[in-house]
This record gives sequence, structure tokens and C-alpha cells, in this order.
Amino acid sequence: MSTIRTEPVTINLGPQHPSTHGVFRLRVTFDGEEIIDVEPVFGYLHRGTEKLAESRNYVQIVTLTDRMDYVASMSNNLAYVRTVEKLAGIDVPERAQYIRVISVELQRIASHLMATGFLLNDLGALATPLVYCFRERERILDLFEMLCGARITLSYMRPGGVFQDAPDDFWNSLNTLISDFPNYLDELESLITTNEIVLARTIGVGLLSDTQAVDSGVTGPVLRAASVKWDLRKANPYEVYDRVKFDVPIGNSGDTYDRYYVRLQEMRESIKIISQCIEQIEPGPVRTETPYFIRPPVGETYSSVEGPKGELGFYMVSDGGISPYRCKVRAPSFINLTPLKDMLTGWKMGDLIIILGSIDIVLGEVDR
Amino acid sequence: MTKIITGDEISKSIGDASKDAVLYSDETAAWVPLEKIHEVCEILKDPDGLDYSFLTAISAVDYIEYFEVVYHLASLRKNQSCVIKVKCNGRENPSIDSVSDIWQAADLQEREIWDLMGIEFKNHPNLKRILLWEGFDGHPLRKDFIG
Repeated sequence: MSTIRTEPVTINLGPQHPSTHGVFRLRVTFDGEEIIDVEPVFGYLHRGTEKLAESRNYVQIVTLTDRMDYVASMSNNLAYVRTVEKLAGIDVPERAQYIRVISVELQRIASHLMATGFLLNDLGALATPLVYCFRERERILDLFEMLCGARITLSYMRPGGVFQDAPDDFWNSLNTLISDFPNYLDELESLITTNEIVLARTIGVGLLSDTQAVDSGVTGPVLRAASVKWDLRKANPYEVYDRVKFDVPIGNSGDTYDRYYVRLQEMRESIKIISQCIEQIEPGPVRTETPYFIRPPVGETYSSVEGPKGELGFYMVSDGGISPYRCKVRAPSFINLTPLKDMLTGWKMGDLIIILGSIDIVLGEVDR
Repeated sequence: MTKIITGDEISKSIGDASKDAVLYSDETAAWVPLEKIHEVCEILKDPDGLDYSFLTAISAVDYIEYFEVVYHLASLRKNQSCVIKVKCNGRENPSIDSVSDIWQAADLQEREIWDLMGIEFKNHPNLKRILLWEGFDGHPLRKDFIG
């Protein structure tokens, strides 16, 4: 008996689709229910950030970086200001480095909460788990508001340090958050980690092998879920990451469940990092005096940080002027989509949604 | 700490495997002739040799007289990184060999460079515009682009 085959059908998923987390289109070709080809279509949110940067001065560009990965502005700020500091040879006071690490780790938690919440949303657990995640994310955004007045587009960091020292209230609220958070994560885990529906839908789904993960350039939790222990905070410690103790959680098979679980464990590690920073931080200045118009010497540099989505890098070329000659962004969300076709082929429509959700893309960063 | 391999060191390592594969080098990078980039990347990726298994980023810079394509590579096992550069002459139809068959990571990044900088990647399996739409006139990251 021969297998019945059907005509391939091509459908568009998006650009306006709740599970693409932005404006992103996938042209998916199905044979029956099975995916046989996928072509991502980008660019709906392209604002030409790299070109805009060429006509702004080095301090103004900080605001452009906020709008790339808009759920993790702190990490973007840090990646950018570190590159400028390297290019122009600016030192950063120790207290500023600690505040930076605290704020990017808070941002990592906020970003991972968002990823986890939306993954559950994509699984069909509409809104309820998402609200659990957003409840705690809200507290982190409140902390950011204390730091700089903004909640999403933060622009908290400046070349040479941070915009202002944290107010006294901040430390009390931070301590409360740190002590509450492990319990909260236990609560979240009790809802998800051993949930039968979650396990059935995610284990073994959307596999990405370690060799392919490295070959296709993916970074962050997606790479670590594929059992590659690579984290820039350990491999190439920046700021004060060499003074704190933390583990790098990895998965073992590279499936959707591992990607969820790596993120969850990373939140616990971030809490560890923050509490060590609170113990170690000492009073002092938080910003080196720099001129408003920074003129780095002629040259170029590449510098990267471990953002919540992966390796976020800036390649910057200076011609000695007040704005960069070229400012290229290595956007993790964009490059993490490289193996998408291989991860999706052979799966069904319902799996597509959660595999895409587990990669955790932000379209502001994909399209820039 | 990631060990940064200087251009001089990496050019010596490449020179051991293939003569005349590096034009010149300095502290920051090694410059490779346009027609040799595919061969050099194969040497760099070789898991038994230099083991640069991870292509961090490909960037392109418009220096008016020429375009420069910059490859940032990393070896996850040895925790090293190096920079390879290629100069690409001509403003009309600059082209360079694609390395997307060596590292899959090059796939989308090369499409992005084609789209925004207008450098053609020969033998790329799907060289289409990626962030802008088909039919868009010009390549916006070029210095002479008028929006």
C-alpha cells in the first residue's frame, strides 16, 4: 500500500500573529500537517539603526541601543558603552561596574521571565502563567524606575559609568526582591517544570545538536541548551564577573524543554550574582568625567557581552570624529534564527509556534 | 579570558598550511586576498588544526575606495579569537566568495551585507534582500547612499 501524499501548501504565518512576538513573517510549506520548508521574512521593524548611528554622537547612540532588544535595554546599553570605552580608552569606576552588573542581571531575569511566560502562552496556557511572570517582572521594572526614571527604554549607562548613583530606597527594594525571588521561582517551577502537558509538548521537540548549534552561530540559552558550555561571562569575564561565583547551566539534548529549563536555572544564577555584588559593592564615584563629544582615536574594535538572548556585540570603526564611521551590531536574536529551518522541518504547526517561542527572539533586534 | 590571537600570529599559522594566503598583517588582523578567502576559511575551520569552529560575526565597512569585509572568528574549545579581513574593490559590482558552506552562521549575515552594503556573495544558496524589500533602490549603509 502506498502512502497517500498531498499537494504541498504554502501559508504565511504573520507578519501580524500573536506568537511571532512582533512583526515577523514565516512562509511555511506544509505537506499535509508536516512542515517541509520554512522561509523567514524579516524587515518589518527595520529602522536603520546602524545608519542612524553614523550621524549621531557617541552619547546619543545609547538611546538607539535601547530600541533594539526592547525587553533587555540594559544589556544593549552595556554592550554599547563597553565598546565605546574600549575604543576611546575610558576607565570605569568600580562602583559603576558593580551597579552595571546588578542592573544587567536584573534585566536578564526580566527578559527570561518574559521568554518563559510567552512560551507558556504559545503552548496554549493563555495568559495565566504569563501574568505570574509579569508580576515579578514588574518589580524589576520598578527598580529600574528608581535607577533612571524609565522602565523599558532605560538609557541608564553612559560611556564612563552610569548616569547616576542608585538611590538609597533602591537597595532596600533590591534586598527584598532578592530574598523573595528563589521562592517565587520555586512557585513558577511547580507550575511548569513537571507539568505533564508541558513535558509532552516540549521534550524532544525542535532538537538542535551541539555541532549544528556552534556551526550556525547561535549563542545564549539556545546554545547552552544544546550542551555547549559557552558563556562570555565565564569565557571572557568583563566588568566584575571574575569576582563573583556562579554556574553556567547547560541542557543535555537541545530540545525546547532544555531551552526553557536553562533559562529558569540562569535566573537562579543571576540572583546569586546580584547578592554577591550587593555584598562587595563599596561607596565611590559612578562615572568618569568624559566630554559630551567623545572623539575616540582612529581605529576599530569589537566588544561583546552575554546578553539574555546571546552574544551581543558591537563592531565600531572610528575616524577620529564625534560619531562612529561604522557601528555594526552583532544581534543575537537575528543570528539565532539561522538554524530555524532545520529545527522546524518535519514538525507540525503547533510545534512550530513553541519552537519559535523557545528561541526567544525580539523583533526590534532582529530587524534593527 | 579569551585569548586574542594577533593578525601576525594567525597569518603565520595560515602560512604554514597555504603559502601566499595572507597579503599582510598587523596587531589587529590579517588581510587575505579576495580570491583566497574561501580557502583560508577552510583552513581556519579545520577541527584538527586551528579549530575556529564559531563564526562570531561578518561585518562590512565602506571606505569609499574599497569595501572591507571583516570576519570575527572564535574557537570555543581553545577560547581564542582572531580577525580576518578582505579588501573588496570596485563600487559597481563588488563580489566575494560566500563562506556559508563552511559556517552556516554566515547565511543570514551575508544576506544582510548584500542587502545593506551591496557586496555580492558568490555561491550563496539564497542571496536575496533580507531587511529591505526586493526592488529597493540602492544599499543604504554605503557612504554615498542618498535616502
